[in-house]
Amino acid sequence: MKIVQQSFKFLALAVLMFFSSSISAFNVGGDGGQVSGKQEVEEYIVHHLKDSHDFNLFSYTDDSGERKHFGVALPVILWSSEGLVTFMSSEFHHDDNGQVVVEKDGLKFTKIHSKIYELEKGAAAVSFDADHHATNASKVLDFSITKSVVGILLIGLLMLFWFSRLAKQYKKKQIPTGFGRILEPLVLYVRDEIARPNIGEKHYRKFTGYLLTVFFFIWILNLAGLTPLGFNVTGQLAVTACLAIFTLIIYTVSGNKDYWMHILWMPGVPIFVKPILALIELVGAFIIKPFSLLVRLFANISAGHIVLMSLIAIMFTLKESLGVVGATSLSFVLSFFLLLIELLVAFLQAYIFTMLSALFIGMAVAEHDHEHDHDNEITSDVEDVRGDFI
Amino acid sequence: METLLNDFSPGLFVVSTILMLALIALMVKFAWKPILASLSEREEGIQGALDAAEKAKREMANLQADNQRLLQEARLERETMLKEARELKSKMIADAEAEAKTQANKMIAQAQEAITSEKKAAMAELKSHVAGLSIEIAEKVVRNELSNKDKQLELVESMLGEATLN
Repeated sequence: MKIVQQSFKFLALAVLMFFSSSISAFNVGGDGGQVSGKQEVEEYIVHHLKDSHDFNLFSYTDDSGERKHFGVALPVILWSSEGLVTFMSSEFHHDDNGQVVVEKDGLKFTKIHSKIYELEKGAAAVSFDADHHATNASKVLDFSITKSVVGILLIGLLMLFWFSRLAKQYKKKQIPTGFGRILEPLVLYVRDEIARPNIGEKHYRKFTGYLLTVFFFIWILNLAGLTPLGFNVTGQLAVTACLAIFTLIIYTVSGNKDYWMHILWMPGVPIFVKPILALIELVGAFIIKPFSLLVRLFANISAGHIVLMSLIAIMFTLKESLGVVGATSLSFVLSFFLLLIELLVAFLQAYIFTMLSALFIGMAVAEHDHEHDHDNEITSDVEDVRGDFI
Repeated sequence: METLLNDFSPGLFVVSTILMLALIALMVKFAWKPILASLSEREEGIQGALDAAEKAKREMANLQADNQRLLQEARLERETMLKEARELKSKMIADAEAEAKTQANKMIAQAQEAITSEKKAAMAELKSHVAGLSIEIAEKVVRNELSNKDKQLELVESMLGEATLN
């Protein structure tokens, strides 16, 4: 009975979450107001996937046809051609098409598709070429506190708060109470199921801190992306690239002699194959591994957001063929189930990223003898199996 | 690919790198180190307690075995003691019996001796008494016989007659 009650509560929560996200999803940013056509839906989704310079909670169009936005303006910090420039994102007035030009310290800035451009000297407005690329403006280095940065900060502070409290609990008692009781098994899970088996008993302690941080960071941010707040932090290439490069640096720095030996001069193969293998291994270690990490996370989370928003958009795109009730209920049912899948994906991607990081680190620090034992084990197993079949 | 590269924001990359570095450092210092230390401490504690319990169990078993052995020994000892006592008892009884028998025999022999000596004495006394009595009777008879003269003479004559024969 209790379980039923619990799962009912969970479902209710999920439905609530989903309702609010479906309502808010199409109100975040954008100036179009109402969305109906396929083209607009597509643009909306693309817009949502991008980082934004203000934290918009919701927007609506009032009776007089004016667009109202509710949210928080965030600081814009730019490294322009003449040094540091800062102002609040509210100065763009929610414009995202280069219409509003902000003048600061004698420099002119405009925002096109979530990117801030600096106009050339003397230009008063942005001129576009046929592909909608600005011709008289160039991108600036943008260190703004964007929505993703806010997400990172919030989740980082939340993690610090939760886990430092858990750490303090251990000073007084052996077994944590309250929320710590939920966090502890997760910490143990990462340590015992991800770090320990993949890195090995001898070295895993050194890397567990990094793996734990990455695991909870990705997981909580993935989950935050499913809330009506509409974060898409783990769907930002810059963030996943940063995480992947951390892993790359860690396993490159901690790689032992055997690891480099296996990369640069693979033992046990003919001499003329060695340089070719070295090339392949180098590409694998420095490009393929981090690239697979960063693209997998980015693509999975982006795809989840795209599909979820597309399913919500069924409400608008199929309104004519299915009627308002039909389109809306179809959209609700489909996107509800997708949201459940996305909850799983949120965990899965955090797990996979952490697991692969641990695996790569484990390969770099593995002791040579162990590897050979392992190889022998495998061959003997193969022999056994073959023996069984013959 | 071009849109992907276009979407890549170097600024966000730098900011998130800095924030992540800070987050990792802070989390390691304030959360993971104490948490992992306490967890492993607790696990070691549990392991230690389990080991101690196992050891105590083994000691207990040893102790029990010892007790069993001691009990067994005590039982054996008791049995031997009982056996000895029983033997001693029967021996003592036998001894006592034997002694009693010899004593009794001795006493019987003494009694018999006493009886024989008493009997002899009685017989001797009886004999002497009978002899005295017979003499007295004979005296009386003789006196009576010799109270008249004829008879005296007769006797003298018979006696003389006898003496002459001899």
